[in-house]
Amino acid sequence: MQKGKQSVLFDKPIFIETVSSVVGKKESEGPLGELFDVVVEDEMSGKENWEKAESALLEQAVDKLLVKTRYKKEDFRYMFAGDLLGQLIATSFGVRRYEIPVFGLYGACSTFGEALALGAITVSSGAANQVIAAASSHFASAEKQFRFPLEYGNQRPPASTWTVTGCGAAALTNETQPVAITGITTGKIIDYGVKDSMNMGACMAPAAADLILANFEDLGVDEKYYDCIITGDLGIVGRKILIDLLHEKGHDISGRYTDCGIEIFDAASQNTQAGGSGCGCSAVTFCAYIMKNITGGKWKRVLFVPTGALLSTVSYNEGESVPGIAHGVIVENLSSQSN
Amino acid sequence: MEFIKAFIVGGLICVLVQILMEKTKLMPGRIMVLLVCSGVVLGAVGLYEPFQEFAGAGASVPLLGFGNVLWKGIKTAVDEEGVLGLFKGGFTACAVGVSAALLFGYIASWIFKPHMKKK
Repeated sequence: MQKGKQSVLFDKPIFIETVSSVVGKKESEGPLGELFDVVVEDEMSGKENWEKAESALLEQAVDKLLVKTRYKKEDFRYMFAGDLLGQLIATSFGVRRYEIPVFGLYGACSTFGEALALGAITVSSGAANQVIAAASSHFASAEKQFRFPLEYGNQRPPASTWTVTGCGAAALTNETQPVAITGITTGKIIDYGVKDSMNMGACMAPAAADLILANFEDLGVDEKYYDCIITGDLGIVGRKILIDLLHEKGHDISGRYTDCGIEIFDAASQNTQAGGSGCGCSAVTFCAYIMKNITGGKWKRVLFVPTGALLSTVSYNEGESVPGIAHGVIVENLSSQSN
Repeated sequence: MEFIKAFIVGGLICVLVQILMEKTKLMPGRIMVLLVCSGVVLGAVGLYEPFQEFAGAGASVPLLGFGNVLWKGIKTAVDEEGVLGLFKGGFTACAVGVSAALLFGYIASWIFKPHMKKK
């Protein structure tokens, strides 16, 4: 059912049957380390370059998902997946052997939210009974794509974020499970004219604020409707901006708000500056930490808001600003309602 | 004494650049270009040569020194060949440094494998 300007509440919830997460060594040493399914110790995954290493992460995540799920590979009618590399090569090379029809998505670091939203819409429409949503990123391939190759050895400014090496995948289904996607809010492109690609938290926070406000307005609710609001990778810098922006609009989310980029690393001991980022950041944090807390009943209803900074090296070099986007997904534990 | 002078002066140049890296929004590439251009200007006004005599490698190894080398090459070439030297001198002067960087970089790529940053 359409709600307001940019939200949907599904007539029948779309269930998250199972999730899988694959991370690199650094992520496994972070606060959430114990929660991930697979840890890849070799940052190259035994491949000869970073792009292949990232594709291998995606393969491992999908493999793990297919092991964990009770559905067969053939039951998944579509896959919604994306990454940060040019022309989505990590995704296309990563999923080619599965022979599952694919929608390749680019939403920068918000891709996992976009994949969940489109996957849910597809299942809701009846176009598929089961779909896979996945997103990956790799620190080294992302540095090469957006900043400088690692071999160049440049220094990282304090507001910069650390791209998560990891891939998260989720199996969505129309068959009843405890945890479900009950609604989505799709983000607009929001551009405050920030030009600093090393401070992506500031670029994305306005997009997250706009999305959260739109969600409240469309659904006629406020922050108390959710047990937790979780953004993707605003980091320490973006977190403060988001809280301030929403405070100006009369919403105090500080008590029920966190950010995947802040949760995944211990900034002080892991030297990750403002926090984690990348498609993989929100994807693995969702598939490990957030799903665990929803399944376990700590949170009944969560607004999951992966955020993306929509820049390319071309747009950046041409002097363009860095617009942001956010994708909102409402995830609920429905099991208590039936009890 | 020569080593100490080189160490301190080279270190001070790096400190100044580190401040630029952390306190401004300049990207690393811009800072490098800024250093080379500053070296050219300092060479042209005659400040860099005496500075380099004092500090030795502390002044010639940082990028400022590269700028100074470019300036010296162009000046020599212009003195000898006139306007055409503008297009020639810089390349002649920096040929050794650039070729060595290419060669040693290539050799290093045979020996070492890329790794993730640890922090």
